[in-house]
Amino acid sequence: MLPVPYRVTDRRVETRDSATLRLEPVGVPVPAFRAGQFGMLYAPGIGEVAISISAIGSDGALLHTIRDVGAVSRALHDAQDGSVLGVRGPFGTDWGLETAVGCDLVIVAGGVGLAPLRPVVLGALARRADYGRVVLVAGARSPEEFLFREQLADWTARPDMEVDQTIDQPAIGWDGPIGFVTEPLGWLELDPQRTIAFVCGPEPMMRFSANVLLDKGIPAEQIRVSLERNMQCGVGLCGHCQLGPLLVCRDGPVVDYTVAAPLLAAREL
Amino acid sequence: MLRNEPQMTDALDHFPLLHSLSAAQRAKVVSAAREVTFPARHRIFDEGQPARGCWLIRHGRVALDALVPGRGTIIVQTIGPGDVLGWSWLVPPRQWHFGAVTIDAVNAVEFDTTRLRALADADPALGYPLVLGLFDAVLQRLQNTRARLLDLYGSPRER
Repeated sequence: MLPVPYRVTDRRVETRDSATLRLEPVGVPVPAFRAGQFGMLYAPGIGEVAISISAIGSDGALLHTIRDVGAVSRALHDAQDGSVLGVRGPFGTDWGLETAVGCDLVIVAGGVGLAPLRPVVLGALARRADYGRVVLVAGARSPEEFLFREQLADWTARPDMEVDQTIDQPAIGWDGPIGFVTEPLGWLELDPQRTIAFVCGPEPMMRFSANVLLDKGIPAEQIRVSLERNMQCGVGLCGHCQLGPLLVCRDGPVVDYTVAAPLLAAREL
Repeated sequence: MLRNEPQMTDALDHFPLLHSLSAAQRAKVVSAAREVTFPARHRIFDEGQPARGCWLIRHGRVALDALVPGRGTIIVQTIGPGDVLGWSWLVPPRQWHFGAVTIDAVNAVEFDTTRLRALADADPALGYPLVLGLFDAVLQRLQNTRARLLDLYGSPRER
């Protein structure tokens, strides 16, 4: 339960309020993360927050993408090369990418929800022959608010991947779709029997996206979403992240839509 | 290429717009339909023009736009395969409220809406499910627009 020291070895600015930190262990590393899991990142003297892994380096380095939304996340976001942070984890359930072998993957990301989904894309591309179609639908408020813009351009250029980036607000010079993620998602012709969907973003976005996928005949158990709550202990002891019958840090963050649907529809949960 | 009436009927089957029509009603609707293709960057209609025509997009994308003084032509929404383009023909003043221009090459089923309206006026049993189908398309577009209005991706700091 004690944070393990990790050094920031690279800091990449993604958007006006988000940055990706590359973290390497100062001594003994934490156990290996799986795509979808999160770590508790500790800014010394300030506090700890839950941040999903946004990539895993080939050398075991951890990449976390952090949005500056409060005191702790700001301290983490602002951490410079050479500074030392604490890491606990990995915690929670993962996206279960290996259980989707042979399937078409539809990855739906809203805003910073692309960060926890990036390891799904990277994992699928690393073993490209193991999967059918790999489709990414990513939404952002404006072109400059997409995370990982260089990587998105690379993925778009690949012949073995389908990428649709859509923005909410009209922007001059943008030649991609303008509309909510549900719109390009609705254009896709999908095979419901062989499609596994991975959805991450604000809860209403996940709800609306899941409805489009359900309308296309994709069963709820083939739709996976990542829930976000106030994680504190990370191991299901403190109860801060309770969501109905779930302790999200332990039973989530990734759950299938049979579990998530009633919880996302309830008020004040 | 939709070469004959059965192929057109098959193509229309993909669109929820016509799902509640009977086979006989659908055949009447097919008689008012033809396949069209537009090249990329082709303006289908302009804001303010008389609204004639309705298109069911099979392939390609279309941008809906408006001219904003000082800012130029602003794209407000993109529609794509499975979507309905154009419903201002249904209600007065029957003028386009926004313009439409293709982004890439578009293949669509185009309806002669003067004929379609005449069919619906003459036979409310056809007109009602047709309008319900259009209403469903309008509702989906409205809900997607409302989702954008929620500004879900904004920072909590801005709220």
